[in-house]
Amino acid sequence: MANIPTLKYQSQAVAKPYFIAAIGLFIGQIVFGLVMGIQYIYGDFLFPAIPFNVARMVHTNLLIVWLLFGFMGAAYYMVPEESETELYSPKLALLMFWIFLVAGAATVLGYLLVPYAKLAEMTGNNLLATMGREFLEQPLPTKVGIVIVALAMLFNVSMTYLKGRKTTITTVLLLGLWGLALMFLFAFVNPANLVRDKMYWWWVVHLWVEGVWELILAAILAYVLIKTTGVDREVVDKWVYVIIAFALFTGILGTAHHYYFIGLPGYWHLVGNIFSSLEPIPFFLMTMFAFRMVQRRRRDHANQAAVLWAVGCAVLGFLGAGVWGFLHTLSFVNYYTHGSQITASHGHLAFYGAYVLVVIAVISYAMPTLRGRVANSHKAQSVEMWSFWVMSIGMGVMVLALTGAGILQVWLQRMPTSGAMPFMAAQEQMVFFYWMRLWGGVAFLIGLIMYVWSFFIGGVPAEENLGARRGGLMPSPAQRRLKHD
Amino acid sequence: MSTNSSGGFTKEMARNIFYGGSLFFILVFVGLVFHSERLIPERSNNAALTEAVVRGKHVWESNQCIGCHSLLGEGAYFAPELGNVYQRRGGDASGGMFIKAWMKAQPTGAPGRRQMPQFNLTDAQLDDLVEFLKWTNGINTEKWPPNIEG
Repeated sequence: MANIPTLKYQSQAVAKPYFIAAIGLFIGQIVFGLVMGIQYIYGDFLFPAIPFNVARMVHTNLLIVWLLFGFMGAAYYMVPEESETELYSPKLALLMFWIFLVAGAATVLGYLLVPYAKLAEMTGNNLLATMGREFLEQPLPTKVGIVIVALAMLFNVSMTYLKGRKTTITTVLLLGLWGLALMFLFAFVNPANLVRDKMYWWWVVHLWVEGVWELILAAILAYVLIKTTGVDREVVDKWVYVIIAFALFTGILGTAHHYYFIGLPGYWHLVGNIFSSLEPIPFFLMTMFAFRMVQRRRRDHANQAAVLWAVGCAVLGFLGAGVWGFLHTLSFVNYYTHGSQITASHGHLAFYGAYVLVVIAVISYAMPTLRGRVANSHKAQSVEMWSFWVMSIGMGVMVLALTGAGILQVWLQRMPTSGAMPFMAAQEQMVFFYWMRLWGGVAFLIGLIMYVWSFFIGGVPAEENLGARRGGLMPSPAQRRLKHD
Repeated sequence: MSTNSSGGFTKEMARNIFYGGSLFFILVFVGLVFHSERLIPERSNNAALTEAVVRGKHVWESNQCIGCHSLLGEGAYFAPELGNVYQRRGGDASGGMFIKAWMKAQPTGAPGRRQMPQFNLTDAQLDDLVEFLKWTNGINTEKWPPNIEG
């Protein structure tokens, strides 16, 4: 491995292929998202070559896989630096990268080229049935592969952690990653009783995104903010523990909001109404945390794009997971909105705000250093920052469109006690909103293309310029002092 | 470590609250789930969960029906809710017949319309699928969906 002067530990370089693969798969995810956006308007688009269910499976599975690539890359990058020691085994990390990439690509090709029932038969679904459940569509060998790759990664970073300095950030990150692997084991639990099946299915899905993933999110966000603002670690650590405490206190029993109408007892309504109403709190704290760190920053890091992604993550995570989640989390509201386009609107903004943006934030911070510079040129950063706005506005249009579609759907199909409109008839009434969603999706793709393009813009790397430059999101203490003098 | 800042609320305190509180809520959650486990057989009419229903669930999963439809509100939102489709299409009188005839007639090929693939299921598989949807229709879902349209 060539020596990279901007890395404190050369083994951090194994993060680079993970980040590149993450962005590549992200592009694939968006392309299939657009296919579905068109299919919502022209129902027979690409039929029967790519039926909707296949496009959706590729869209959601690519999202999960690229976020996992991002998390793993983040772990390989952050843990050596935080632990102040080289990664236990860079070779193992690279081997796992290729295994995961090949398995992921083979799975997507399987989805696209083989009828699903055939794929299920070929991959042992008759021996141990785990497939055909939302987000857990992966064939058995892929699921086993995910476990192997996750365990090898955990072994690798845990060994690194154990031999070096133990910081709050790495402790929380590892807790989150171990939790992620542990909860994924429920992907292999598929009881014959549908109610039971659904109850444990949420142990993967909900306890990932509204549980252990929030630990990973908080750790990555804290890391990027420490690096770019220079704020004292002791302050950051306390914030992190308070945030993740609220995340798990509200998120674990918040699972109840998925247990309202799937055959489980009615007391889950009470539990869900109380605890899932509180789920916005950790996201609100994250927003306060991010702004406070930036306000109190001790340095103006040369990489201001990374700061924008981090703050954007905190704000949009709160809006998507917090506000849009709260909109339909109360059981008497959810009674009408459950499984409508409202759900889709919340899902999109929550995943984008919280998880897409945190992975891009760490990529934005780490990637220049993996390429031998502290930060990209001002021009490259400018395009990167514009890509944030274009993607976020595109996502905003999509989410408002889906919210509008959902309100109309609830009004036409769910609310009437007699003469309710059938599903497909209601869908036809919603087509305006589906057009709006599609245009939002096109804008998002343009933003994504700008983001990728920013990697290819050269120029003189930006340099840190404490206090003198007007830049960043708000004046730092140093800049404020300068003004008063 | 140090006792940082005013107020005396330290990092160590925050950490201990996190670990202690999380453990507490995990135990409460697991306790509630165990309690729910005991109620599931009655609420889902487990006695009617025949071999055919189990096979029907396997047909449902093996063809990834959840990729377009929702079932008890979960899944994709591209095609109708099927948790109560048995009842919507006439219950014991015609629900089963309708579902089978519908599946055999796909895709409709109507231009611009959403298309359901032809899954080429055998009659036995279709019967099992109907049994699964019929059983699912009988689950106590706290009166969800609000009306027959799902």
